Amino acid sequence: MNDTAEITKANEAYQAGVQKSGAKFPERKKQFTTGSNAPIKGLYTPLDTENLKYMDKLGFPGEYPYTRGVQNTMFRSRLWTMRQYAGFSTAEESNKRYKFLLEQGTTGLSVAFDLPTQIGYDSDHALSQGEVGKVGVAIDSLADMEILFGGIPLDKVSTSMTINAPAAVLLAMYIAVAEKQGVTPDKLNGTIQNDILKEYVARGTYIFPPEPSMRLITDIFAYCSQDVPNWNTISISGYHIREAGSTASQEVAFTIADGIAYVDAAIQAGLSVDDFAPRLSFFFNSHNDLFEEVAKFRAARRVWASIMKNRFKAANPKSWMLRFHTQTGGSTLTAQQPENNIVRVAIQTLAAVLGGTQSLHTNSKDEALALPTEASVRIALRTQQIVAYESGAAETIDPLAGSYYVESLTDRIEKEALEYIARIDTMGGAVKAIERGYVQQEIQDASYAYQMDIEAGDRVVVGMNKFQIKEAPPTGLLKVDPVVGAQQTQKLRDLRAQRDNPAVTAALAVLKQAAIGHDNLMPCILDAVRKYATLGEICDVLRGVFGEYQQKVIL
Amino acid sequence: MEQKIRVLVAKPGLDGHDRGAKVIARALRDAGMEVIYTGLRQTPEQIVSAALQEDVDVVAMSILSGAHNHLFPRVMELMHEQKLDDVLVIGGGVIPDEDIAGLKAAGIAEIFTPGTTTATTIEFIRNNLKR
Amino acid sequence: MPDSPSDQSDRLDTRQLARLISQIERQDIARLGLLSVLHQRTGRAHIIGITGPPGSGKSTLTDKIIGQLRGRGRRVAVLAIDPSSPFTGGAILGDRIRMMRHATDEGVFIRSLASRGHLGGLSRAVAETIRAVDAAGFDDIIVETVGVGQSEVDIVRCADTVVLVAVPGLGDDIQAIKAGVMEIGDVFCVNKADRDGAERVVRETKAMLEAAVLNGAATRFSDLYRAAGQAETATAPATDRAAVSGTHHVAKLLDDPHHAHLRIPAVLLTVAEQGEGVAALVDEIKSHYGLLLATGLLEQHRCDNTAWELRNTVSDRLLAFLDADIVEAALARLAGGVVRRERDFYQALDELFGTVLAVSKSAHFNS
Repeated sequence: MNDTAEITKANEAYQAGVQKSGAKFPERKKQFTTGSNAPIKGLYTPLDTENLKYMDKLGFPGEYPYTRGVQNTMFRSRLWTMRQYAGFSTAEESNKRYKFLLEQGTTGLSVAFDLPTQIGYDSDHALSQGEVGKVGVAIDSLADMEILFGGIPLDKVSTSMTINAPAAVLLAMYIAVAEKQGVTPDKLNGTIQNDILKEYVARGTYIFPPEPSMRLITDIFAYCSQDVPNWNTISISGYHIREAGSTASQEVAFTIADGIAYVDAAIQAGLSVDDFAPRLSFFFNSHNDLFEEVAKFRAARRVWASIMKNRFKAANPKSWMLRFHTQTGGSTLTAQQPENNIVRVAIQTLAAVLGGTQSLHTNSKDEALALPTEASVRIALRTQQIVAYESGAAETIDPLAGSYYVESLTDRIEKEALEYIARIDTMGGAVKAIERGYVQQEIQDASYAYQMDIEAGDRVVVGMNKFQIKEAPPTGLLKVDPVVGAQQTQKLRDLRAQRDNPAVTAALAVLKQAAIGHDNLMPCILDAVRKYATLGEICDVLRGVFGEYQQKVIL
Repeated sequence: MEQKIRVLVAKPGLDGHDRGAKVIARALRDAGMEVIYTGLRQTPEQIVSAALQEDVDVVAMSILSGAHNHLFPRVMELMHEQKLDDVLVIGGGVIPDEDIAGLKAAGIAEIFTPGTTTATTIEFIRNNLKR
Repeated sequence: MPDSPSDQSDRLDTRQLARLISQIERQDIARLGLLSVLHQRTGRAHIIGITGPPGSGKSTLTDKIIGQLRGRGRRVAVLAIDPSSPFTGGAILGDRIRMMRHATDEGVFIRSLASRGHLGGLSRAVAETIRAVDAAGFDDIIVETVGVGQSEVDIVRCADTVVLVAVPGLGDDIQAIKAGVMEIGDVFCVNKADRDGAERVVRETKAMLEAAVLNGAATRFSDLYRAAGQAETATAPATDRAAVSGTHHVAKLLDDPHHAHLRIPAVLLTVAEQGEGVAALVDEIKSHYGLLLATGLLEQHRCDNTAWELRNTVSDRLLAFLDADIVEAALARLAGGVVRRERDFYQALDELFGTVLAVSKSAHFNS
């Protein structure tokens, strides 16, 4: 009798035994499911991974298809970058927070901008009222950016900026600040999110319609491949798709479908795939279902590698690698018993590390209530450090590989993602699928089903729908000083009085002509930024030429 | 004939997180209500004007960006100007406990914080209609 | 029927109008007094129906049409009709999202209506709502609806000018122009014309229109062109000669007013998102209205519609009598009598009809 036959026989016997004892010890639930509602069997055996061809599907770390990780030594050489997303109020306040974080041992900065900045409005715009400095730092011009990075040598840190629709403008400001520090663009390291497609489906900070937005993105790809070679020009984000309520498979599928759209757009714009693909990076979520999340990261790497190699015929292995940042799941945090969130974040951190992330932001326990305080940010960072230095999870590469369960989860997520991608291809790609509302509809259906499961008690959220206690309202939350809006308005007034206004007008006129034509917009934007044109002024010029996006809502 | 409850669901301000607003819109529909969904980035003026034209019984708003102390009271001010005092106004989102009393004083009937079930919201609406 | 921007005085304010529409939706008896009083102020607005399949961009198109009409100094009301859930009776009304930029414009009124739960049917509620909005002094009233189902076809039938919107890439490209709906179309538009396949949809639409004309189908546009051909004063309609063209002879034939009924309407192209073609569409809508006025067909349509509405309302009332307790009791008694051979069927019928008439004399109506 061969091995498989023997296992099959033993498995049947085992299942029969389970059936029998089921009468006496019934299972806790009728159906066991993952965090994303996929069914889970009671036991996984070699029979579940029978068709897994090691060299095809797993291979070695640093080698195609990168299921086991993108570097050959992974965390044994260098731990992931511990990068805490931060920013609020004014540039001065945020600069202080960055210096605090660097002192505490973070290894990269991650800038959160306020909503007016993300949507290309100056702080004194009517729509900015009440929003200035709230969810991030308010940046109106190069003057604010100079303060934000004051005393931080830009050739020594890597900086990630969560900016999408006006990403070109903020990147230009960063380059201009570096110039003033005497740092040339080729010395700059960092990432701009620059992923507009997920803004249309999940996050909402869009400005322009898809076509000109895609042009801005490919202009950045082209510019950086020449002038800022170490910059990650995009962070293709599943994070917000998951936060909007998608499943793990949808997170992988829709993110990679967006990635395909960007690659297509760049090729269409005349770039050659290996010139820009090595600078594409990704951004995923990490939720509580440890095994499913680990499998998700592994599946995502495998799917992307195959698409880049086989579909786009990229020749440079760096083009095949899916490098990603992870943030723990904001939507998994509860406002009730917020200390419990520390435990959730620890599990999610472990998932990200076991999944081979390149960098990680851990959420703070109080983020379902307000922006985090310094004390809670420290715990979040310490959580990463405990996983890094005490858990042993970083000591060997891809330690869950070979687990019958994790490998079958990885296969399932890969299969489901490929099915979604094929469906989106038949619609004409991600842009078309989004315009049609398909992606939004799929996410909303999953999100609504999840909420109904919680309300029915089919899914337990500790402290929220089970094990509740009477609690006093939380205290000591961070509050953004409401005078920030007035301060920024005053700063803008001073700026407009002091700068060389004819030079600004001239630079904006040049930008407008370039936007109407087909030249790369980055040099014109950089020039306008250097003259202290404001973010709002630059975006208004582009709004005038490109128009504004109208939300596609399917409910 | 039973009168259908009409609800305006709106996202004031620049915040783009509409998962909660969409879930509540669907849940209210499934509870038999008519939901007028206005989408993202609404100014208080647009919200109140829509509430007036649509003759809604309820205005439900959600904000996660922290701009609630500015935007919610402004909506209430305009509602009062339009004599829409018999419309029930509720809010939701990431709203610290210490802000709730002030918002209620401005006329928001209830603030629903993260973790509130849709069933709770539906029940609140049914029990607190002002007309 | 004058079609000039109305005077500003003496009309319902937004709040009164909004509440009157709610009364209409619940068929509240209190609405009747006000609607009666307002009747003299109605009949001035140009009622424009816009219909097309889901995903054809009707709401965006409506948004851009509002912009055009506002630019021409006209006050515009929109009734956006969305389907209700067949299971719960609830509805999500999302058309307004695309028109929110007009939300604070005093010259624009937008109301979302759910399709279900109207006593006496949706079309009657819409007809009453149109009169309410008309009385409030709006110059143009746009009724936007998904062109599915008989009741929705009935709604657009109320409009003076019906715009049928098609769009490429929905699989069945000409689904908006299906037989039965096409007959009521006055203006034909292919939206999202920048997409692949737009030309094909135009071709297919024209082919269907031609086929209808050549088969002598009863279409609204043929009636109009026939009337226009007969009226010396008619302004030339923006028609398309593709129908039976190809030869000089036919083109000449169509120039002859006696053959005007063989013309087909132009099929317009729009890209609503960019506003392209919308001005031309509005021109076409307005020239259609001008032609209706010039030919006298407007009044004829409205008479037909009013007769239809009166007839339906009476029919509903009569049906309602059959539910009266006295009638129910008489029914049971008379049926028993017929079965036991105490009276014949026709005697029972006469007696029942007498009971119904008696009920009708004492009845009060809320519709």
